[in-house]
Amino acid sequence: MIGTKTLTDNPVDLYLRADRMPHIWCSGCGVGPSVACFVKAIHRTGLDTDKIAIVSGIGCSGRVAGYVKVDSFHTTHGRAIPFATGLALANPELKVVVFSGDGDLAAIGGNHLIHAARRNIDMTVICYNNFNYGMTGGQLGPTTPLEAKSTTSPYGNCDPPFNLPHLVAACGASYVSRWTVIHPRQLEKSMAEALTKPGFTFVEVLGPCPTTYGRMNKLGRGVDELRAYQERCVVSNGVDPRDAEIGLNGPILVGNFVDLSRPTFWDHCVKIFGRAQKK
Amino acid sequence: MMSVDGLMEGEFFMNGDDACAEGAIAAGCRFFAGYPITPATEVAERMSRRLPEVGGVYIQMEDEIASMNAILGASWAGVKSMTSTSGPGFSLMMENLGLGIMLETPCVLVNIQRAGPSTGIPTLIGQGDMMQARWGSHGHYEIIAVVPDSPQEMFDLTITAFNLSEQFRIPVLIMSDEVVGHMSEKVVMRQVAPEDLVTRPRPAVPPEEYSPYLSGDDLVPPMAVAGEGYRFHVTGLTHDERGYPVMTAEAQDKLVRRLVDKIRLNKKHILRMEEVGLDDAEIVVCAYGITSRVAKRAVQLARQEGIRAGLLRLIVVWPFPEERVRELAAQAGAFIVPEINYGQIVLEVERCAAGRARSILLPHMGGGVHHPETILEAIREAAV
Repeated sequence: MIGTKTLTDNPVDLYLRADRMPHIWCSGCGVGPSVACFVKAIHRTGLDTDKIAIVSGIGCSGRVAGYVKVDSFHTTHGRAIPFATGLALANPELKVVVFSGDGDLAAIGGNHLIHAARRNIDMTVICYNNFNYGMTGGQLGPTTPLEAKSTTSPYGNCDPPFNLPHLVAACGASYVSRWTVIHPRQLEKSMAEALTKPGFTFVEVLGPCPTTYGRMNKLGRGVDELRAYQERCVVSNGVDPRDAEIGLNGPILVGNFVDLSRPTFWDHCVKIFGRAQKK
Repeated sequence: MMSVDGLMEGEFFMNGDDACAEGAIAAGCRFFAGYPITPATEVAERMSRRLPEVGGVYIQMEDEIASMNAILGASWAGVKSMTSTSGPGFSLMMENLGLGIMLETPCVLVNIQRAGPSTGIPTLIGQGDMMQARWGSHGHYEIIAVVPDSPQEMFDLTITAFNLSEQFRIPVLIMSDEVVGHMSEKVVMRQVAPEDLVTRPRPAVPPEEYSPYLSGDDLVPPMAVAGEGYRFHVTGLTHDERGYPVMTAEAQDKLVRRLVDKIRLNKKHILRMEEVGLDDAEIVVCAYGITSRVAKRAVQLARQEGIRAGLLRLIVVWPFPEERVRELAAQAGAFIVPEINYGQIVLEVERCAAGRARSILLPHMGGGVHHPETILEAIREAAV
């Protein structure tokens, strides 16, 4: 009919659990947009979705596993990576993705994060970093910038944060990037690269949390936080991630930082365990 | 001797930890994640050597929290999996033992108990984790725990543990101890016939009709695994039959009742015990693990003195054999419960005896085992 447009299914509907909508995320939250980039990245790679498994921990971004229509596991706080390690090693045909938050992955799960990177386990870790614990109401976390306010740093944060790309790169990750939700194209492309590269690949996604972090630090609404990212981000592909620290103010370096090849844990297993079978 | 597929068959002189590892391999376990800890390290060491020989995977994780999670993940990839530990590591595993129960994940967790609390005596025996095995993870649940008394049973009961875990989709605990783990005895190993190996119930419906937590009369839902196209979701949150989170008292009621009842109502398929001289027993010694072997000697000596004593050896300690203890309480005058703690299983015996028979605790704080004479003396006193 003239003047009307036929609505067709969105090509990424296939990857989402429509029966679970609406989702739990607040208005202005960046987890949803990062999931949108993620499912587009899956679409872009053409990976067999029957062979993708997503594991999440606990927290706002820990709920991602529940909305993506693949085999998906919502586990315990901080433990998505070791759960995913078991999945990946017991069935190397799986593409195992961990999608979780900065507090989950880098504080309570920090030990698992560094060891999975060291082992170069075949796994893509997507870390949504909103600089605080959102689900519990806005406490300081391992990425909260110095001086930032939170419900547990009412005078300002005195607890120096991790620079996550530097941390995982130093531990041996094969691929490390950082983008924000205002870089959807770069983010989607980077996620697709991470999904298709062997070994431990890590994508940090910076995004707003207007309900807690944004409110306490007077950053305005979600859209105002996005504007701040637009002003502060400097695309710096290939930069040494040690230089990518994030402060309360000042530039935020984003880009694809590390892309290298080293044997994965499974490569070593095949080679070394093979000695036992030849006996 | 070793068969072509790498399984051991025949008679061996072997310690309990090694026999446990061989039992796991005979049961079809092909994934082990663990962390070194005395006195359970030999289980991990043997698995690291044997699993690659049979096409399995061994990984040493960064801690016991990670080990427990890794075996859950492996189980969800369709591979039978196990971890082993002792006291401090058992404490760290409690968090994700709960996840295993909630997701209904078959796997086996071995605890070679040592004396605690805390670091305690790493190299010497304790039986102080028996109540932790029952209640150590938060929330209300039922668990299955077996207690071997010899290296032979470390082999046999490890196979049983895998079978129970697959049948009921639950982590099964092997609550061994340092003495049974480290003693060497004859172990007869056999290949297990395929029909004697239980595998988890599998979905009989196509993916679009599959609900991960829809169960039949036995309350055990069929289990899909990752990579098969079922595209299921499972969560540690309270969930409905689809596996989706539902934060209501009604959903909680339905789920927790089923998780508990699938063990309670199937008890007759789970319970295992050994009875010695109970037919006419006036004194019942109730013991488990290494302590039951000492108790068996004491019961023999008491019989030689003409005392009508008997032994109830708990092979499955959780779920607890309530009905049998109730029956015995109606018949006998007293229970004597020797255990290497300051009173744990005796509380269950006392509860079930409900005042109809006395319950006498013979505690040992750990670092050694009871002397048969100690138990014999208690039998004599109770018989007076």
